Amino acid sequence: MSFLIRQTLFFAIPLMTVALAGVFAERSGIINLALEGTMIFGVFMGVVFCRILQTAGLFEAAREAGNWQALQGYLLLALLFVAFSGAVFSLLLGVAAISFSANQTIVGTAMNMLAPALALFLIRIMANQNVLPLKNGGSATFFMIRKENLGIESDGFFVETFVNKAYLTTYFCILVFIILSVILYKTRFGLRLRSCGENPQAAASLGINVFKMRYIGTMISGALAGVGGFAYSVTSANTSATGEVAGMGFLALAVMIFGNWKPLNIALASMLFGLFKCIGASYTVLDINGDGVFKLAELGISAHFYRLMPFLITLIVLMLTSKNSRAPKAEGQPYDKGMR
Amino acid sequence: MPKTDKNGLMKSEKQSSKTLLASLISILIGLIFGAITVWIVGSLSPDISAKDTGDGVKLILMGLFSTGRSGGALTFGFNPVNFGNMLFRATPIILTGLSIAVANQTGLFNIGASGQYLVGTCASLYIALSIPSDKVHPVLIWLIAFAVSMVAGALWGAIPGMLKAFLNINEVIACIMCNWIAANIVTWIFDASNLKNTAEGTKTAYIYKTTYNNVATSKMGLDKIFPGSQVNGGIIIAILICIAMWVVMSKTTFGYQLKACGANRYAAKYAGIADKRNIILSMAIAGALSSAAGALYYLAGNTEFYWSTYQSLPAAGFSGIAVALLAVNNPIGVIFAGSFMSMLTVCGTQLTYLTPFNEYITDVIIAVIVYISAFSLIIKMLLNRKKEKEYDKRDGGELKTDKETPAKAERKEA
Repeated sequence: MSFLIRQTLFFAIPLMTVALAGVFAERSGIINLALEGTMIFGVFMGVVFCRILQTAGLFEAAREAGNWQALQGYLLLALLFVAFSGAVFSLLLGVAAISFSANQTIVGTAMNMLAPALALFLIRIMANQNVLPLKNGGSATFFMIRKENLGIESDGFFVETFVNKAYLTTYFCILVFIILSVILYKTRFGLRLRSCGENPQAAASLGINVFKMRYIGTMISGALAGVGGFAYSVTSANTSATGEVAGMGFLALAVMIFGNWKPLNIALASMLFGLFKCIGASYTVLDINGDGVFKLAELGISAHFYRLMPFLITLIVLMLTSKNSRAPKAEGQPYDKGMR
Repeated sequence: MPKTDKNGLMKSEKQSSKTLLASLISILIGLIFGAITVWIVGSLSPDISAKDTGDGVKLILMGLFSTGRSGGALTFGFNPVNFGNMLFRATPIILTGLSIAVANQTGLFNIGASGQYLVGTCASLYIALSIPSDKVHPVLIWLIAFAVSMVAGALWGAIPGMLKAFLNINEVIACIMCNWIAANIVTWIFDASNLKNTAEGTKTAYIYKTTYNNVATSKMGLDKIFPGSQVNGGIIIAILICIAMWVVMSKTTFGYQLKACGANRYAAKYAGIADKRNIILSMAIAGALSSAAGALYYLAGNTEFYWSTYQSLPAAGFSGIAVALLAVNNPIGVIFAGSFMSMLTVCGTQLTYLTPFNEYITDVIIAVIVYISAFSLIIKMLLNRKKEKEYDKRDGGELKTDKETPAKAERKEA
């Protein structure tokens, strides 16, 4: 059970973060189809950042000194750097869609093509292969928090599930998710941002700078997508960059729609989709109650079934809710001051 | 979900020369970006010499005419292998481009070409490998496989069409979901099949080539013109399909009805056109065309399908977007745009063989071209600016006000 929850979180937390990224952009009125691309870009920049720190010998030195706090600090630095890179990358969308009224769907698609291509082009030159891993090790070597680090000896359920073999990224993302959700839904700034996605002309008439708000929404979106991508890479891809994130960006888009653009629903939806993803990835070794019986494997349902469920469910949800969808009204429409 | 702004996609005929110029500007910017990227990376990397960097830039611009190296220097000339491979690789992206172009003409953004391509690939390979060629003539198997793949693609493409027509669900989101469902289903079908290539032990997750069952697209004499390349009759079939679609879209009532629905669904309905039927049909046609792309590529006999594709979508579907944008949704223009894109791919291959750089720069260039194409409206406005200022102040002034807006608004806040 601990294993199942831990693995589910590894998928669900990045999904949740990236889905919130989608919400920030769409609430401000910009469709961010480039979530997948931004994730890929974030992973690449994060891994490059870590490798630069490694070239300086920081990781290895901290590890030999047994200084796990320092390693977590480096991970935090990497996360901040990734957030910055993601925000910069999303300016490609911002400038095109906000300042130049370009077609947001096409721009998003172009960015989804650009990120993996650029990442793979550079990865191949840097590593002479299609994977850019950390030097001398991976996530478990440098970033994994073990209960021994914290001086905890118990092997209770809580400790095993949430403390042992955990990653800082998980808790960083949860914290960011909560803070940003509160900002979006409980503050004046959040209300202003959301009004730009519903009726920008009305918002502008009240003195809100729609262009500025949309830029902020898009850049927060990019930062979150980058962080989500890097979190996924740390927990599920051994902190390596491969020019793909297994469709997680599109899955996040599905989570956003399934969660009806609301943070709490998104958190729940990402848990559900994360569970599917986790079962699909490791159902043959899942022993839910620890009695040595692999129930899911015995059920004999193909892993492919679990993998395609999230997308199928989203399509069905779209069908059921098409009549009263809560999608932001003005999303995807370039802001035209003269329009009413 | 939102309506896609079709301004960038729908063009009036009056503007066609400007539009062509806008496409050429996109291409130019894409190529320059690619060359600059290679130059910067080459200059910064300690392992890459200045000569290699120069060669990389040369190959990006003229890779099609590369004939290899002699005495350390790059040589250029007519290379039949490159030309043949260009035509071979153009085949699928001409058709996915056509698929997206036709959908765009009818007001739909078919981002689902990748999924439809996979469905076509799956159906054609399954049939081409399952019907024993000692009982049925291989040419007949080929025809059945090709036909069934188009039908399968049409049905798959019709799904987002139906969701759009009956429930008004945005086709972009529906297509994205359908893409990933298709990727998983195709992986599932092949995983459960006995078509996995076990004869060659070194290969994991590949399907047998169709030549394993003696099925392959006829060369139609093209191998004589381009000896040593992968080219086959598929390119001729693709061009014929393009011409047929041009006739349908420009010369028939049916094509006109499809376009009318794209321009304004409700006006078309008011004029007595069955809007729902036409939306479904245009997505079904788009699906059939993308499927044909997959079928022609994998029925060639010299290609292998990597079946464990559930984590990634085929690039052909996305390159098709670039093709359609460059061709401004013109079915004939698609042939040239597709050939150009595949020329970039050939340049990329040459880059991998001959320099320390690699083929992914091609995808970077294509992505930049798509990105710039989204600005086509702005580029055209800039081109029009001078002319329109004379007789229409409003249009010429629009760009100006857009640019001034942030500053103005800031003043307001202060």
